[in-house]
Amino acid sequence: MHTPREDAYEEVRASPEFQALRRRFRRFVLPVSALFLVWYATYVLLADYAHGFMSTRVGGSNITVGLLFGLGQFVSTFAITTAYVRWANKHFDPAAEELRERIEGPLASSAPARNQEDPR
Amino acid sequence: MRTAVSAAAAQTTDIGDPVVNIAIFTAFVVVTLVVVLRASRSNRTAADFYAGGRSFTGPQNGIAIAGDYLSAASFLGIAGAIAIYGYDGFLYSIGFLVAWLVALLLVAELLRNTGRFTMADVLSFRLRERPVRTAAAISTLAVSFFYLLAQMAGAGGLVALLLGIDSRAGQNVVIAVVGALMVLYVLVGGMKGTTWVQIIKACLLVAGAAVMTAWVLARYGFNLSDLLGGAVSAPGSAGEALLGPGAQYGATEVSKLNFLSLALALVLGTAGLPHVLMRFYTVPSSKEARRSVVWAIWIIGIFYLFTLVIGYGAAAIVGPDAIRAAPGKANSAAPLLAYELGGTILLGIIAAVAFATILAVVAGLAITASASFAHDIYASVIKKGQVSANAEVRVARLTIVVIGAVAIVGGIFANGQNVAFLVALAFAVAASANLPTIIYSLFWQRFTTRGALWSTYGGLVSCLVLITFSPVVSGKTDPVTGASLSMITDTGVDFSWFPLENPGLVTIPLAFFLGWLGSVTGREHGNEKRAAEMEVRSLTGAGAEKAVQH
Repeated sequence: MHTPREDAYEEVRASPEFQALRRRFRRFVLPVSALFLVWYATYVLLADYAHGFMSTRVGGSNITVGLLFGLGQFVSTFAITTAYVRWANKHFDPAAEELRERIEGPLASSAPARNQEDPR
Repeated sequence: MRTAVSAAAAQTTDIGDPVVNIAIFTAFVVVTLVVVLRASRSNRTAADFYAGGRSFTGPQNGIAIAGDYLSAASFLGIAGAIAIYGYDGFLYSIGFLVAWLVALLLVAELLRNTGRFTMADVLSFRLRERPVRTAAAISTLAVSFFYLLAQMAGAGGLVALLLGIDSRAGQNVVIAVVGALMVLYVLVGGMKGTTWVQIIKACLLVAGAAVMTAWVLARYGFNLSDLLGGAVSAPGSAGEALLGPGAQYGATEVSKLNFLSLALALVLGTAGLPHVLMRFYTVPSSKEARRSVVWAIWIIGIFYLFTLVIGYGAAAIVGPDAIRAAPGKANSAAPLLAYELGGTILLGIIAAVAFATILAVVAGLAITASASFAHDIYASVIKKGQVSANAEVRVARLTIVVIGAVAIVGGIFANGQNVAFLVALAFAVAASANLPTIIYSLFWQRFTTRGALWSTYGGLVSCLVLITFSPVVSGKTDPVTGASLSMITDTGVDFSWFPLENPGLVTIPLAFFLGWLGSVTGREHGNEKRAAEMEVRSLTGAGAEKAVQH
């Protein structure tokens, strides 16, 4: 295995490709995180302070609005998980792979491998 | 009145056959021990011992994560809370599940790419190593200790319920057996063995819950609305209140804030639990780490949907009166339901699964705590890195024996005490002391050593102080009976002044604030080389630890 050159990381970090990769990653995960946290907070606040609304029956059954909201949290969690994996496989992994190759691949120098006893 | 209740309790203790329960549990122990022994053959390096050679696949690790995460508290506890309080019990499972999105999107892959064995590997990557590693290790040990103590204390109550052992001495023997088995699994099998125990346990737990769910639904013609109706009209039920929120947390403004605080700690705590984080190192790449979280989310989510049915099913079929009268109170809802449905055999299976759950969770906690002590404190801080990997693993093994002893003594001491708050405390510490530093060090370049120390110690100390002066430690009494509900059962002692039972609402924002404040007020010339390596490595996986080749 080829080991990264000392300054390979700084070079890659400064490259426009890496900057774009980081931007792409953050543009996906940060807004989506904000979204599901706000959705969760909305749900928690409703469950905590809007008992009447959450206890409303739906269509004459014993199912309440609160139960549907709760199940909605399950659905949104599964949906975000699936969406993220699709996005990562398609838009993130190929670009990350290419940059990794640049550091670890055959073009990188073969400096001595880092000591395996390194406690880090 | 009193004799009627204790007579009912004595009756419910006698349901099922302890011999069947013990036999099924013994079979689990024998099977897992064989698996652990086989796994131990390839335990050679430190990466084998701490990280299972990084050779598990994403799905395997995802199942193991579910096995690690779904503790007895989340099976028996949530089902019981739903049976008695209805909707409010469901709120727990939602927080526990949504929390995994934090792990999936913000933590798992970046952590896998950056670290080697522990959470501290990541936090100390580009900061001043020794102080940051010490702080991270202390908070890791604190979270593991609280969680471990909660599990061991729970084991005593579970034994009374499931094996029919009522005497304190008998329960203590079982706690000692659990501790000894935990030490044996981890010593012999390392992370590889522990992982297999968790995989087996997760499969049993989910299968058992699936059978019960299908059985309950079948009784109500697969109509959820009819099941809920049955729960509402059961004897002793809270009635209509079961279907909406508020039965447990809605009483006062303070109890509503309590719930808010708990909800925050649950959703942010999971991605800071050290034993969960350590599982991400057992796979060969960040892509596999991602797959493991996806598997874990599906398994955990579906399992919590099962507990919803099991909880309402216990309310409808067993009835809250019978559950409250049983020795384990709310915790006995699922076992009592199993007995009603499938008699002695299903009860035996569910009891053994619940017990196996404790064993698998404590094993995961033990290996995490020992790795943190041996790898972070002993090898990096005390020996300053001048120690061979073999010596480090020897210290880890020794630490496991010590942890086992502490767990047994602590479990015996805490048996029968009001220590249910410990799990919530572990989540609060994880969310306050761990998560802010993890997020900052992965996403904020200007984060400094001082910020990390202020955030970690600030989060940890504020949690401990606030919990000490909260009603869970002193001064909380049952409004009806006047009996103490605090850890200190002497109702004359009351030094509580902090009203909330979960400190997260205060400590989590405080720790985020301290991390920011410590960073912007200090002048630290960061290590640019390490910072560049960390950032590139975390996103691309270049230079990340590879799987061990055997």
